[in-house]
Amino acid sequence: MAAAVASQAVAAMASVAGIAVSLASSSSSQVARLQLTTPAAPSSFGIGRCHLLTRSSATSDFGSTAPKKHAVSKVATNAVVVINSDNYGSALLYFSHELLLFEALREGLEEELDRDPTVCVIGEDVGHYGGSYKVTKGFAEKFGDWRLLDTPICENSFTGMAIGAAMTGLRPVIEGMNMGFLLLAYNQIANNCGMLHYTSGGQFTIPVVIRGPGGVGRQLGAEHSQRLESYFQSVPGLQMVACSTPYNAKGLMKAAIRSENPVILFEHVLLYNLKEKIPDEEYICCLEEAELVRPGEDITILTYSRMRYHVTQAAKTLVNKGYDPEIIDIRSLKPFDMYTIGQSVKKTHRVLIVEECMRTGGIGASLRAAIMENFFDELDAPIGCLSSQDVPTPYSGPLEELTVVQPPQIVAAVEQLCMRG
Amino acid sequence: MAVSLASRVGGLVSLDARSLLGNNGVCKQAEQKSHCSVVVAGAPAFQSRFFVGDNSPYTSTSVVWRGAMTAGESKAGGGRGRGVVAAAGGEGSTATMASAPELVKPKPKAKPQELLVTKEEGLEIYEDLMLGRTFEDMCAQMYYRGKMFGFVHLYNGQEAVSTGFIKLLKKEDFVTSTYRDHVHALSKGVPARQVMSELFGKSTGCCRGQGGSMHMFSKEHGLLGGFAFIGEGIPVATGAAFTTKYKREVLKDENADAVSIAFFGDGTANNGQFFECLNMATLWKLPIIFVVENNLWAIGMSHYRSTSDPEIWKKGPAFGMPGIHVDGMDVLKVREVAKEAIARARRGDGPTLIECETYRFRGHSLADPDELRSPAEKAHYAARDPITAFKAYLLENNLVTEAELKAIDKKIDDVVEDAVEFADASPLPIRSQLLENVFADPKGFGIGPDGKYRCEDPGFTAGTAQV
Repeated sequence: MAAAVASQAVAAMASVAGIAVSLASSSSSQVARLQLTTPAAPSSFGIGRCHLLTRSSATSDFGSTAPKKHAVSKVATNAVVVINSDNYGSALLYFSHELLLFEALREGLEEELDRDPTVCVIGEDVGHYGGSYKVTKGFAEKFGDWRLLDTPICENSFTGMAIGAAMTGLRPVIEGMNMGFLLLAYNQIANNCGMLHYTSGGQFTIPVVIRGPGGVGRQLGAEHSQRLESYFQSVPGLQMVACSTPYNAKGLMKAAIRSENPVILFEHVLLYNLKEKIPDEEYICCLEEAELVRPGEDITILTYSRMRYHVTQAAKTLVNKGYDPEIIDIRSLKPFDMYTIGQSVKKTHRVLIVEECMRTGGIGASLRAAIMENFFDELDAPIGCLSSQDVPTPYSGPLEELTVVQPPQIVAAVEQLCMRG
Repeated sequence: MAVSLASRVGGLVSLDARSLLGNNGVCKQAEQKSHCSVVVAGAPAFQSRFFVGDNSPYTSTSVVWRGAMTAGESKAGGGRGRGVVAAAGGEGSTATMASAPELVKPKPKAKPQELLVTKEEGLEIYEDLMLGRTFEDMCAQMYYRGKMFGFVHLYNGQEAVSTGFIKLLKKEDFVTSTYRDHVHALSKGVPARQVMSELFGKSTGCCRGQGGSMHMFSKEHGLLGGFAFIGEGIPVATGAAFTTKYKREVLKDENADAVSIAFFGDGTANNGQFFECLNMATLWKLPIIFVVENNLWAIGMSHYRSTSDPEIWKKGPAFGMPGIHVDGMDVLKVREVAKEAIARARRGDGPTLIECETYRFRGHSLADPDELRSPAEKAHYAARDPITAFKAYLLENNLVTEAELKAIDKKIDDVVEDAVEFADASPLPIRSQLLENVFADPKGFGIGPDGKYRCEDPGFTAGTAQV
């Protein structure tokens, strides 16, 4: 019975993906093996470019052709299609283990530390303390003090040191205890991390990952509540990604470490305890791709990081009111996945950007410009953009809430945009 | 013979090499040892020394490191003729002051066994000094003829530091520098052609014309840059040293012993990155040497006006590493100190801070009118031109003949001329080069509206694509 349900779900999924499928019988009721008869076309959604195609989401929304929730709740809710670049001919669909987001980051980091001895972590309290958010817990015991380097408090210099190490053969992961502290490292990040590959005429690569928790937390005060993605986005030579689920946290962490480019991985303080099931098998996420959270027809809502959850919460209200929003987690803050975004805009003709960045010069501002430039003719309404207030985040609870976009605002903005045109 | 950085041994505070050596040239403390070197005793037994060296052709002015003060100026406790301060680390031994004439007696011609270089080494050093000087002079010419633009910072006068250190390095060793990096690049082995092409902005330059005067890089020769912001290169050198340490500790590569040298100026010694890296280098015993090229001026800012304690070498022991002051106008003295510091780093004993008293004969850059420095100061240091001095040393000790030196002069002239011709004839970068090195992995430009990676667009490499 379970196998039949599984095969139904798989067939549905495969049809969404536009590939022909034949199911082989499986010994385990929990695993179905897909044989792909055609290689995935590059233009199909996500496959072929990525090492992994995911439909995983905590809310079990699956695709417009997915079977009803109750019929597939056993299978599809946490199901993931894995297409390994080594074996384009087959894919695995299976259940997996559940963990919190910080544990997913930890798992991804651990796998990369195991895989490549030149990978190391450099930052404050990453070693003996296990990381201020426990992302490197237990690693110093396992990998040693040189691979989990506890640094003195000198962000600019240890970031520069990690860059020098990267130029000479290592692959450091630089942890900012809070993303905001990396403002002190801006000199090294902008000048050396971003630009050195270019100014050296391509001689030196800087395969570093800069990661850390940022964003507005619970009354942490202005300096601990910063969003640095807007400050770094202009630096040429940097890639920026923001994780939002345990699944993409692990996948992006691994992809960032393997990338030859310097990548900044933005985590969010309030998302570390999100729980989700992720695959047992190894997977990575594509650094340059966006993630479809909920397909829809009426409006495209582009978001990332913590605001994804405010948007999905607002979506419940919107659905009840009869709207059908398409939610995309852009994930790649620099560069933008203009294909996924464009396909969505062409479908819905309305765009709302919901971000936690500041209004002025934020990611939303750049995204708005990029969409207008590329898809102006597709738009039926001006692009809406909900961002945080241009205010240093106040300590007091009610004030802090006011600086950040809340679900009622999202609902109101969608209603307003959908009334136009 | 090697004179090493001595620890306090039996309460002795040594002031110069000669007091460590007996009359027969053998180290007193090392009489038990088969080789002549003084072992650094114990872990943090540091002693900062004012290293004079044995065979300098200079007179007393060479040890007066504050001799460049302008008339009427007198800094705290300073004054002419005050030659030496040596402070022992740790348990409060007294600093001993000696006057310069006491310390450095007029030099008799050195006996053959006391010569610091062989003939081959001497010729190599001379050639490198001349290459640096001639190249920089040619840069000035080319700049004024409109062949190169922007900011060009010339190294004339400081050649002894570059040659003294870098000629002792292996190809695998690393060097970082500041914007005054042409000669560091040349000493490290980057061909003059590539450096000149880079200055002319041609695609045959060492950085494809993308770096320029202030950003010389060479992966092949271990030159990690060339940085415009001062202090920026010090953490990078620290990172390269960390890689060596990592290779030994984690990757268990016993042969990993690449040393890093960070060159920077007196102005940088007030920068946070300097102190932060001194701390980390000692903490992890990184194989790095911090070389301060103290030429007393940071553009128009005198070292004494910007630094609370102008004796930069003292900042080494504050962070637990030896701090050395050396006469940076004398290539042999620099070389002796460098030998010891490099050996120390290579055997894993950690970092060293070396302050070289030196001087730039030209302005800060070719755009600098250089009005603030007194003619007397300039004349003082011009008289200590490292090339003149070394040439005199070679000839007086009959290591080489005039003809051999002239041959080297001619050879260097030819090399530099050839470099200019090569650079002139080289092509400028074409449009498609613009985007090529922004990302090591060009997928970083992202996915375009058509679903393909932007870098897959043929227009991308032609430089006509939109990004």
